[in-house]
Amino acid sequence: MRDNLCKQTLFFYFRQVNILKHVGAYFLMIRLVFIKPTKRSIMYGLVMKEIQDLILGSLGIVCFLSFFVGGVVSIQTALNIDSTFIPENLVGFATRQSIILEFAPTFMAIILAGKVGSYITSSIGTMRVTEQIDALEVMGINSVNFLVFPKLLAMTLLPIVIIFSMFLGIFGGWAATIYGGFSSSASFIEGIQLEFNSFHVFYAFVKTFLFAIILATIPSYHGYYMKGGALDVGRASTVSFVWCSVVIIVVNYFITQLFFS
Amino acid sequence: MIQIKDIHKEFDNTPILKGITTEFKRGKTNLVIGQSGSGKTVLLKILLGLFTPNKGEIYFDGIPFSSMTDDEHRTLRREIGMVFQGSALFDSMSVIENVLFPMRMLTKLSEAERIEQAETVIERVNLIDAKNKLPNEISGGMQKRVAIARAVVMRPKYLFCDEPNSGLDPKTAIVIDNLIQELTKEYNITTVINSHDMNSVMEIGETIVFLKNGTKEWEGSNQNIFKTDNEAVTDFVYSSNLFKKVRKLYLED
Ligand SMILES: Nc1ncnc2c1ncn2[C@@H]1O[C@H](COP(=O)(O)OP(=O)(O)O)[C@@H](O)[C@H]1O
Ligand SMILES: [Mg+2]
Repeated sequence: MRDNLCKQTLFFYFRQVNILKHVGAYFLMIRLVFIKPTKRSIMYGLVMKEIQDLILGSLGIVCFLSFFVGGVVSIQTALNIDSTFIPENLVGFATRQSIILEFAPTFMAIILAGKVGSYITSSIGTMRVTEQIDALEVMGINSVNFLVFPKLLAMTLLPIVIIFSMFLGIFGGWAATIYGGFSSSASFIEGIQLEFNSFHVFYAFVKTFLFAIILATIPSYHGYYMKGGALDVGRASTVSFVWCSVVIIVVNYFITQLFFS
Repeated sequence: MIQIKDIHKEFDNTPILKGITTEFKRGKTNLVIGQSGSGKTVLLKILLGLFTPNKGEIYFDGIPFSSMTDDEHRTLRREIGMVFQGSALFDSMSVIENVLFPMRMLTKLSEAERIEQAETVIERVNLIDAKNKLPNEISGGMQKRVAIARAVVMRPKYLFCDEPNSGLDPKTAIVIDNLIQELTKEYNITTVINSHDMNSVMEIGETIVFLKNGTKEWEGSNQNIFKTDNEAVTDFVYSSNLFKKVRKLYLED
């Protein structure tokens, strides 16, 4: 019994040490992103390519999902209001608030942890297992800067994607409301203009920016330091998705606490 | 010329290289042979500076690696060409872009000069028709030749090849071996080649170091490797059934 307890304590201790080791290695990697930069002319091309892959490549799925999520939010709100004391424009108001505060920034960041995150981990991880990273290092190139910096810079454009998500989410809410006959177009539009607080939008963009940094760097870390062969690339992508989502949710909690209390 | 003295390397307290001393000569194809897991790749990565040895020193044309300044390390990097085991071509770039890459990253030449130099080398490895193809559109042997072209395009003083003909058919393997040897002579390079292939040993083994479990078991050339009575070496040399049969017939005669 005591032996068992001892073992569990030790196990817990080693898990913690392990996580601390990873956190340390992660921040050392972040430092490497910014030192010994790659030539400007080359970096320009790399950044353009990442904008294409990570940002433009995500717009379609984000817009599509936002439209339907917005629709569901407005339907749920409308169906849960029975009382005649509650004004009809609440549907528009609630849809706008949920979309701007959480669905567009946080929900979409989780979706992108799957799409962008696993793409980053598998593309860097493949370069690791096929020794392409070694090839860069042998040429005297700072491979962390070469691989991670363009992704980080491209991801700082994530707020643009989230603007699209906000507009399409609210538009989806409007469409579902009209289509389902829950309220009139006029009162929905009145609702989305009700007590508009630009601080909420600011809060949404601050956290989107933080999520963008998380989405670029955590998957890069998992790809860059992975060991093994092609099969392990898949495993690394999964682990990276889990960690990305966990960190996004936790950061979301703390930043909300910080902004609203 | 590269001299290594008493190189030790361990990972997680497990010794992998246990004191290796030898010399790789200029203008020659120097082979490091041994079974898989004997430490060949680790030794090569130490020469490349990707791993630091726990003990020992490497001399590049007489200059000890550990005494070089950062600037000298950088210069040395540019004088080293490397052919990785799996070619390690950048798979988003075409053949010519792969060869141009080190020049674009490291030189101040004009783009026209770079392209001219790249095309010369691509022509030298017989790939000019495939220069705009992507790595996954060409065969393994062609990929190896691109990797060689990329390694020598900066005219290195030192060329390292990790099992350059693994995964290739015997004929293509010999083409690759010969190409490396010809370039070694043409550009007067100090070439170090990891191999476990007896064909390479016979074809290009001008000097041979035999590694076993991280120690240097034997040293010589393809002239005397068949005559030695070192058991570990004969075990390795005659590990293929074909060689065993040939030897048996030879002894029976
Ligand atoms: N980065 C590393 N970390 C830990 N062990 C390693 C590492 N690289 C190689 N090894 C170990 O070193 C030994 C020799 O490997 P290697 O040099 O790749 O052999 P070879 O190239 O001769 O087939 C192997 O047992 C391998 O597991
Ligand atoms: Mg090896």
